[in-house]
Amino acid sequence: MKSTRDAFGEALLKLGSLREDIVVLDADLASSTRASAFSGQFGDRFFNVGVSEQDLVQSASGMALCGKVPFACSFAAFLVTRAFDQIRTTVAMPGLNVKLVGTHGGITVGEDGITHQATEDIALMRSLPNMNVLVAADAVAARELTFLSAEIEGPVYLRLGREPVPEVYENSERDFEAGGGRMLKEGDGVTFCTCGIMVNEAIKAAEILEKQGINAEIIDCYSIKPLPEQLILSSLRRTGCCVVAEEHNVIGGLSEAVARLTATGFPVPMRSVAINDRYGQSGSPKELQEYYGLTYREIVGAAAQVWALRRRS
Amino acid sequence: MNAERKKTLEKTTLTVRKDIVRMIGVAKAGHLVSSLSVVDILVYLYWEKMRIRPEQPLWSDRDRLVLSKGHSCAALYAVLANRGFFDRDELWNYRRLGSMLQGHPEYPRTPGVDAPSGSLGMGLGIAGGMALALRLDSKNSRVFAILGDGELQEGSVWESAMTASHWRLGNLVAIVDLNGVQMEGSVSKIKGIEPVAAKFEAFGWATVKCDGHEMESIEKAMNDALSNDRTPTVILAVTKPGKGVTIAEKFRRRPAEPLGRHSMEEALGELENMSEDYAEETESGEPYEKYP
Repeated sequence: MKSTRDAFGEALLKLGSLREDIVVLDADLASSTRASAFSGQFGDRFFNVGVSEQDLVQSASGMALCGKVPFACSFAAFLVTRAFDQIRTTVAMPGLNVKLVGTHGGITVGEDGITHQATEDIALMRSLPNMNVLVAADAVAARELTFLSAEIEGPVYLRLGREPVPEVYENSERDFEAGGGRMLKEGDGVTFCTCGIMVNEAIKAAEILEKQGINAEIIDCYSIKPLPEQLILSSLRRTGCCVVAEEHNVIGGLSEAVARLTATGFPVPMRSVAINDRYGQSGSPKELQEYYGLTYREIVGAAAQVWALRRRS
Repeated sequence: MNAERKKTLEKTTLTVRKDIVRMIGVAKAGHLVSSLSVVDILVYLYWEKMRIRPEQPLWSDRDRLVLSKGHSCAALYAVLANRGFFDRDELWNYRRLGSMLQGHPEYPRTPGVDAPSGSLGMGLGIAGGMALALRLDSKNSRVFAILGDGELQEGSVWESAMTASHWRLGNLVAIVDLNGVQMEGSVSKIKGIEPVAAKFEAFGWATVKCDGHEMESIEKAMNDALSNDRTPTVILAVTKPGKGVTIAEKFRRRPAEPLGRHSMEEALGELENMSEDYAEETESGEPYEKYP
């Protein structure tokens, strides 16, 4: 068990030793975003701009315009919403090489409550042309997606979480790519399109469904934009039905991305396991997941529904 | 500043002003008043101060300029064209579909435009980031950011002001075009920004005042600013909205009001008359009638 933000901090440190052009900016939350590891080793390339998310992004853009590869880090809720105009005008429109890292994504931030829980960040970032949107399912994915972010020429939004999460990937996993997704388990009964913490829930759900004779196929859609369209469509052609699971508002996130893809590419019955257009609240991460229906149980229920309606060709 | 240099610069400002009037006249839109107020500052910077290579716009050792008050881009475009960054004929495509010269500055669309702007309040922060990166690479390049006075009402400006002084960005010079007007009227009536100097000083900046239309005054302020490498400096340039064109100056046109054909002719005639004072230097002169 390790959090995606911890893995990010370690990967960033590695990047710092590999590449001189990497700089890190943070808005006074480096201990929490784990950018602090980088600041300890590469103090001359680390800038805490203070409690100023707008200037965090503006400064990062200025540095990118002078050839640096800046990682601008803060809590997803503050980075994306407070500085949205800056992200739109100075990062996405010019397509600058700025890496926006939002930690504490979703409601599993926990007790800090609704202001600190980002449940609309993916929707906002998806809506910006030029923006790559990545979500890490576990520590290995977070590490690899951090490296991938540095390799991509252009804007990236990387969403990470606060809580330790169980391993999904072997430590040796590589080859994450822009626009990619990962087939974690093959099956012909139902397709699960998931990301972030919901990947683990989907794995648990698949085990239960297996016993009931439904063989689920699980895709980690770690690249929400661009979406791994061919991977998803070819899966839907085998299974004929789909459940999307994400720790985000049902509006604007992975659910709608997959819905648009299926509706235009290969229509199949689909259900979403996501936050039903409401805000979170204080509580332990586990309590919140159960309260808002973000567990394997809801995935099992949704799978049973779509499976009964599945498209047979 | 010797008399000849001064005269050449002033002549250039008239050329630029004529181009701005034509651009905004042809495009039937654009911010005339605030484009005219910033002309002298831009001309001074691009002809006298900035280390640039128009034939190599992305030269890594160049000085940078961020026009944070992006709505005044007609002035920047006219300056860049006359300075040789791109063909002057491009100016007549200002604001047209597919044009290199968009309604607000885009990066990397226009040679010589160092940063995007258009949504106010962001240029100082971008300039600060540039200054940090340049210092990190031990480059001597300087960064200039031009802000509007109404723009100082944006909170993000003050985040950046704080950042720049904290990191002691001596390679950063901000210039505020104090033309006193904003979209809906005068700055002092809508939301007063004074005392501007005291505000920046309280934020740790050095301040210098100048007459934003007098070359010698601008030069003195720039030299003061550039000799200070311990803190960022802001030049508070007092300007006249619509400077140099009576219909823009006198009748207090609304900032983004389009310029009709008749007004354009009148403005060009006026600038042409002023140019005659510099006639001996003008090589036959391009007749403005050549352009629409």
